[in-house]
Amino acid sequence: MIRPGKMMQEVLRSIFKKPATSKYPAEKLEMADNYRGKLKFFPEKCVGCKMCMKDCPTGAIVIVKTGEKQFQAQIDNSKCIFCGQCVDSCFKKALLCTSDVELAQLDREKLKVVFQDESRPKDCPKQ
Amino acid sequence: MHDSHKFNIPMGPQHPALKEPEGFSVALKGEKILGVEIRLGYNHRGIEKACEQNTYTQDLYLIERVCGICSHTHATCFVQAIEEIAGIQVPKRALYIRTLIAELERVHSHLLWLGVAGHEIGFDTLLMYSWRDREIVMDILAMLTGNRVNYGMNTIGGVRRDITPEQANDVLKAVSQLEERTKYYIDVATKETTIIKRLSGVGVVSYDDAVRLEAVGPTGRASGLDRDVRRDDPYAAYGELDFKVITDNHCDVFGRTIVRVKELMESYKIIRQTIANMPQGPIVVKVARKIPAGEAISRYEAPRGEDVHYVKANGSEMPERVKIRAPTLANIQVVKHMLKDRYLADMPIVIAAIDPCFSCTDRMVSIEYDSNKKNETISWATLHDYSIRWHRERGTDFTDLNKRFKAGLKV
Repeated sequence: MIRPGKMMQEVLRSIFKKPATSKYPAEKLEMADNYRGKLKFFPEKCVGCKMCMKDCPTGAIVIVKTGEKQFQAQIDNSKCIFCGQCVDSCFKKALLCTSDVELAQLDREKLKVVFQDESRPKDCPKQ
Repeated sequence: MHDSHKFNIPMGPQHPALKEPEGFSVALKGEKILGVEIRLGYNHRGIEKACEQNTYTQDLYLIERVCGICSHTHATCFVQAIEEIAGIQVPKRALYIRTLIAELERVHSHLLWLGVAGHEIGFDTLLMYSWRDREIVMDILAMLTGNRVNYGMNTIGGVRRDITPEQANDVLKAVSQLEERTKYYIDVATKETTIIKRLSGVGVVSYDDAVRLEAVGPTGRASGLDRDVRRDDPYAAYGELDFKVITDNHCDVFGRTIVRVKELMESYKIIRQTIANMPQGPIVVKVARKIPAGEAISRYEAPRGEDVHYVKANGSEMPERVKIRAPTLANIQVVKHMLKDRYLADMPIVIAAIDPCFSCTDRMVSIEYDSNKKNETISWATLHDYSIRWHRERGTDFTDLNKRFKAGLKV
């Protein structure tokens, strides 16, 4: 016999179960190690071939020569689509996808990150 | 009574059924639909043209963003066309990984559809539970590819990421969990009275009409149209796998529900086979940046139906022409047929039943009314007159609206 309320049992059983959702901002969100999040750049490894710049679909990464065999990367996280193509294109493994996904900013300028020789991210100066 | 009156009701472009822009102009008599005019083009993004200005590598990510749900579909279809032009022999392991991701994508798309269909008929319990279970497959996809939606798994000549035995184990665990849940959904879909009564006899399209209107995917298969690119023209690793093409002869939305939930079971079968038979070896071959001149058409069975990509290469780093025919474009004419002589209340579920993706479908509409003159500048007044005439031809007159409005205000 068919009757409505087929899912009733499931619903009642769920009352005594743990919620399926997580309390996100309170609980830290753990992403897998190989997740394609925020990019990281290692200036000491870069040779300035600019293959990452050529392959980037959105033009989010710019490599600038700052001195003899010294390069800095300007990464615009508001343009980046986190495809990780630059990481694949880099012959010297100077780029890396981190599993950091918390990017929200109120100021758009703060999304622009410059990786310099100190290998410490600095805020991009306003143009 | 207003029985003799015919009403034209605009549905959309702000989400007529789903949260995507599309314009429907419905001619009504009472609650019966006399006819539907569908207008595409509210979300045209110019992707095909943009592809011509980017390199093949960049296009991969652009094409992937044609659709959020079937991103792997479009990327694979595009890559297959390029590989055919360049004559690249893709490693076996890469083909198996592509198939695995494709089937996981089908699972997440069908579970998503099941939830949406539940929501459209006011059965939100089904939405909540099927979307909760969809998270299992989303997590698996994020683990394998590194992204939840636009996976970025394909590259020209293979795939970008390998699958480790531990990951394969996790996939198998998730699949058995999902299989158990899907058996429950099959039970719910075939026995729950709310679903049977609401969906039976809604959006009927007969076998002959499905053939005539060229319905694709689950929409066609629910009308007994036994067509599936995976079996008829095998791509990736499908030629070596054993699976059934699900068809149904209900010909209505209920039939489409059954086809989709049963296809889920076939997908689990395929996923298990790909993992068990996955050959060892390289996952990618090196491909030159310049693709030799030539053209190719590639077919792919997306979760919504057959997807077709055409690529024309001219020997440079950029394609000369890219053409995409998403499955919704093939099915949109069927919707028009399904809605005729039905009730207005059935419209959301009938539109949702083809699992539409309007953004993939969108075309540019260009108006040419004098073929001799190539370019013409229209003054604002001429354009205004043209719009009044355009609306009047379609049964709406705005000319005395201002007068009526003022008169109304005075009173």
